[in-house]
Amino acid sequence: MSILINKDTKVICQGFTGKQGTFHSRQALDYGTQLVGGVTPERGGDNHLGLPVFNTVQEAVNTTGATASVIYVPPFYAADAILEAVDAGIKLIVCITEGIPILQMLRVKAAMAGTGALLIGPNCPGVITPGECKIGIMPGKIHLPGSIGIVSRSGTLTYESVHQTTAQGLGQSTCVGIGGDPIHGMNFVDVLSRFQADDQTKGIVMVGEIGGGEEEDAAEYIKAHVTKPVVAYIAGQTAPAGKRMGHAGAIVTGGKGTAEGKVAALKAAGIEVVNSPTDIGAAMKSCL
Amino acid sequence: MNIHEYQAKQLFQIYGIPVPDGKQATTPDSAGLVARELGGDGWVVKAQVHAGGRGKVGGVKLAKNLAEVVEFSQDMLGKRLVTIQTDSAGLPINSLLIEKIYPIKRELYLSALLDRASERIIFIASAAGGMDIETVAHESPEQIISVQIHPAAGLQAYQFRKVAYTLGLKGSQVKALGKIMQGMYDLFLAKDASQIEINPLIETDSGDLLALDAKINFDDNAVAIHPDILAMKDSAQEDEKENEAQQFGLNYITLEGNIGCMVNGAGLAMATMDLVKLKGGLPANFLDVGGGTNVEKVCEAFKLILSDSSVKAVLVNIFGGIVKCDVIAEGILAAIEQVHVTVPVVVRLEGTNVEQGRALLSNTGLNIYAADDLAHAAEQVVALAEAV
Repeated sequence: MSILINKDTKVICQGFTGKQGTFHSRQALDYGTQLVGGVTPERGGDNHLGLPVFNTVQEAVNTTGATASVIYVPPFYAADAILEAVDAGIKLIVCITEGIPILQMLRVKAAMAGTGALLIGPNCPGVITPGECKIGIMPGKIHLPGSIGIVSRSGTLTYESVHQTTAQGLGQSTCVGIGGDPIHGMNFVDVLSRFQADDQTKGIVMVGEIGGGEEEDAAEYIKAHVTKPVVAYIAGQTAPAGKRMGHAGAIVTGGKGTAEGKVAALKAAGIEVVNSPTDIGAAMKSCL
Repeated sequence: MNIHEYQAKQLFQIYGIPVPDGKQATTPDSAGLVARELGGDGWVVKAQVHAGGRGKVGGVKLAKNLAEVVEFSQDMLGKRLVTIQTDSAGLPINSLLIEKIYPIKRELYLSALLDRASERIIFIASAAGGMDIETVAHESPEQIISVQIHPAAGLQAYQFRKVAYTLGLKGSQVKALGKIMQGMYDLFLAKDASQIEINPLIETDSGDLLALDAKINFDDNAVAIHPDILAMKDSAQEDEKENEAQQFGLNYITLEGNIGCMVNGAGLAMATMDLVKLKGGLPANFLDVGGGTNVEKVCEAFKLILSDSSVKAVLVNIFGGIVKCDVIAEGILAAIEQVHVTVPVVVRLEGTNVEQGRALLSNTGLNIYAADDLAHAAEQVVALAEAV
């Protein structure tokens, strides 16, 4: 088993006919993802990449039976797209879009409370179960079906972790990029709990970065609930305070959210923390 | 995005938050005229820079007469102010805020900010105003009160009453505080702020509440939908290179070291800086060239990095996801030739077609080193920077 998605997951794409939507939908189809259609308002009835286009997510769900959606719409339209997917009963929403105003995400999260829908992102690479289903912008080729669950706030550091666990011959069960925004969907704990419950996952790589307190929450959770080996890396040890390091959420404010604090919390919870991002794969292998 | 205090106070007035009588001035003479217009027998001259801690370094001065207003303005304008929140170069003082002086009975603290843990806008207040709130939080957390605002319910009366009574306010002051908090909340939502801070909020001898200082930060993701806020941007207060980078869709932050870094992805860019440090070097910058890397972007990135004369070597670290490594290598080569890069450049490529990419970078006759992995790349660039 994997977590969140597998070969049977039916996926639609919001922003399907746009440049990003088209490019990455083609990649997903090549990978073997069960992409069953897409949504672009006013383009309903069209055919794109050999798949049906719908005006609304509801129509797409009713016709295709999709349970997951990936969003490639511009930042000022993304909040609307997420809530449309929730309203149509989509169970897993993956929002790739970077640059959504934070207050819009605050309202989206409040509106999602109690709906049972899961959100990954925004500002994330997406989620992949290697060999089965790829939802997002990650390069499929570097992945290998296997036993390591990867969860990360950064896209390229997810790829780096994938590359290293592939090189070690371990492969990945599922990789989840939870996104670099301060207010986002699934967090470390949400993903860690699923990896812990998943039989295929034998070890977990967790990649955090400066800003916020989710790594500290994860440390507590792992100490109490996770029995599988966890290797962690925290990016941003040389980042100056008060500066936003690319990601909207990667900022140290008022002495909070530092790499040192996160590393200390993880180590205190007995987690293997690597100092160098190049040691992730080897450390994971030696923990198993 | 940050704005100046005088701009924040203009917004405060629109949202019904009381501020001292005052006006901005950009010359000593106009500062004197402003003071005369305001009337009274004492004024405060405040340097307008995007940094706190001004008072301790001569950026806020009390003038007893109009001659002093002009004199202090002359002293400040055109200078750079170095505070605990700036770097050693400081920030230019191009304008001043001249305000009337009010008799202060008490100094309070009040701010609204976006709390990522609760995913709510929260208000933080303290009776220990005028102090750095982080210091108060550390030394006497019991003096701090906070309330969370649910986005559907908005600010409720019980919430401002709770804050007001905790701060020791009474009678008409309770409603006055409610009006201030409602104004802050409305402003926060209307303009996509990420933080609004009033420190201090003063209680005057006559019991009135006034925002003596004002600081507002805005969400960078949202400023594009607020042209009025964007118009308040003062580029002179920001790092020139960081501004330039923004125009090309690059994320660039100046650091103190001598090893230039060019990386795709924010997380990997941070990790690369960390790795350079781990190998004994110091990164000169953070630079995320983003996903859709092309020759133009890489050229601009090289120009930015090399405009810092302390840079002795450059590390390029690209994880080629969907873009193939040979295409990236060609882009890097084109950029190095176009920009006439002379310092050594270590390139680490990973991803699809990595062998072709490395082959292209080898034997070019240029000062380029194609590294076989990231750890070696970092070691190599540190050694090259030291050898110069």
